[in-house]
Amino acid sequence: MSTQTLTTRKPVDWHRVGAWTLIVLALVVTIFPFLWMLRTALSSNHSLASNTANLLPADFSLGAFKRVFGLQTTEEAIADGGSGGAIDFWLYLRNSILFATVTTACQVFFSALAAYAFARLRWPGRNKVFAVFLATLMIPGIFTALPNFLMIKNLGLLNTFAGLTLPFLFMSAFAIFFLRQFFMSMSREVEEAAMLDGAKSLRIFFQIVLPNAVAPMTTLALLTFIGQWNEYFWPLLVGNDESIRVLTLGLSIFKSQSPQGAPDWTGLMAATLVAAVPILILFLAFGKKVVNSIGFSGIK
Amino acid sequence: MTTLTKHPPAPTFKAPQLSKRGRGPSKLRELRIALLFIFPAMIGLVAFSLVPTIRGIYLSFTEYNILGEPKWIGIDNYTAIFADELFWNAMAVTIQYVAINIVFQIVIAIGLALLMQSVAKSTFIRAALLLPFLVANVIVALLWFWMLDYQIGIVNEVISWLGLPRVAFFGSEQWAIPTIAFVNVWRHMGYTALLVFAGLQAIPHHVYEVASLDGASRTRTFWSITMPLLRPVLALVLVVTVIGSFQVFDTVAVTTGGGPVNATRVIQMYIYQKAFGESDFGYASALSVVLFVILALVAFIQMKFLRGNESDLD
Repeated sequence: MSTQTLTTRKPVDWHRVGAWTLIVLALVVTIFPFLWMLRTALSSNHSLASNTANLLPADFSLGAFKRVFGLQTTEEAIADGGSGGAIDFWLYLRNSILFATVTTACQVFFSALAAYAFARLRWPGRNKVFAVFLATLMIPGIFTALPNFLMIKNLGLLNTFAGLTLPFLFMSAFAIFFLRQFFMSMSREVEEAAMLDGAKSLRIFFQIVLPNAVAPMTTLALLTFIGQWNEYFWPLLVGNDESIRVLTLGLSIFKSQSPQGAPDWTGLMAATLVAAVPILILFLAFGKKVVNSIGFSGIK
Repeated sequence: MTTLTKHPPAPTFKAPQLSKRGRGPSKLRELRIALLFIFPAMIGLVAFSLVPTIRGIYLSFTEYNILGEPKWIGIDNYTAIFADELFWNAMAVTIQYVAINIVFQIVIAIGLALLMQSVAKSTFIRAALLLPFLVANVIVALLWFWMLDYQIGIVNEVISWLGLPRVAFFGSEQWAIPTIAFVNVWRHMGYTALLVFAGLQAIPHHVYEVASLDGASRTRTFWSITMPLLRPVLALVLVVTVIGSFQVFDTVAVTTGGGPVNATRVIQMYIYQKAFGESDFGYASALSVVLFVILALVAFIQMKFLRGNESDLD
């Protein structure tokens, strides 16, 4: 390596210019489809075909959003290129919020309890049990999904909120692992002081440990919520009934309802946009936290 | 966020430190308290992971159409799979998807990660690149289904404006799998880039300083220093993305549904159709056991081959 000559510096740093060009290109490729989604959602179906490549909406209209939220009559919807089929978007939205919130809250809380037991309590068999939990990360989702479907069916819980949420409620091995790392790094002093006072483990956990773990638990809850909001496979298996249908499933059904030939593109894009909005809001509020947690949770 | 949950770093197990101060609670009492804490998680582990695993393996040796009782048929399902042309087609299609997806995803991610480290240091840029990953598979699939539409999709408009023939991205057997692979490259590249970026951050600065003092070129530094030191991170990223890619489903389900003909019937789609389309739960279970074994082997070989659990930094 020492035999090489020093590279000569040019007045213009072409490396930097090239690098920024690539970054801008990557940003355009990433962001443009979202803008196109918005542009389509604000267009009219009938004008889409004749006005394909203009960045502004083709024949601006809020019809697509009205259709998604059920504010158009069936006749109006069909006239606008909609399917006329009923989609109860508000219901799907409520279901998604309920599903994602309940599963996230329970999963993070129960995982925190277990993670604390693995990090701080001393008990025989602790590491072996933890290894079993970790091993479940290797099992592909489809492998357990089939027997889980059968169990939910045998319990008579198909198309119920219980059946939809049960497999996600109790734990995730990733969450336990993530929080265990944090609990192990916490200072022991406060806990030990409380122990000398004769405080019971559960009380220590609720009054001392949990309040100190708000930051990592928020990050974890955020990641879990996004994952649950986007979940498609399990709701497809057990939650097809209209009353508990979540947004992802509703969207795929909305797509397949398209009238002969021409899909209701504007309605579809308006619906996907509205379905993405909660995530976009979360992202605007907590984006930095999510970005910085990726390296941490992924590799470290 | 499924991918996120799939990379447990190699855990370090410490021997439990038993209390020697003599005033600690007895072992039985300790166990009782611990059981209280892990009880809910245990229910989840046993009811939704361990029991289903055993039941899945059992069902793979049976004929079961959900209405009657499972009927034990030994290894018949497995011999049938071996002779099943649709299974081999599903494997070929899945591997084609995984290969395209992984190669482009990893190369683009390394490129983006290097750019993030050298010039684009703002969190805003990293956040923007992560955006597609946070949006549901279903949404991403529908968005690209529209943008790649044969008649009026923007991509085909641009292609025909360039004077090239339009491409039936989702509609032709030849293009369907590469298209689905590229859609998911688009969704995942920012996320994978962040993982690689985290790995780059872990390389000590002084290593680069030595290289630049020695007059090493950028290319030379990249191949002789960055890549070797990044190896454990890349190995982990590779295992995680390969395992995730093998289970591709959502994108296929909302766009092509497995078609045209069998062109995109990936393995998870085939399992889904066997179980829920044909009510053949025994056969579907056997297929998922096969998938499980393949994934375990792939992960094992990759970690072995890339020595992902060792670092060259020490």
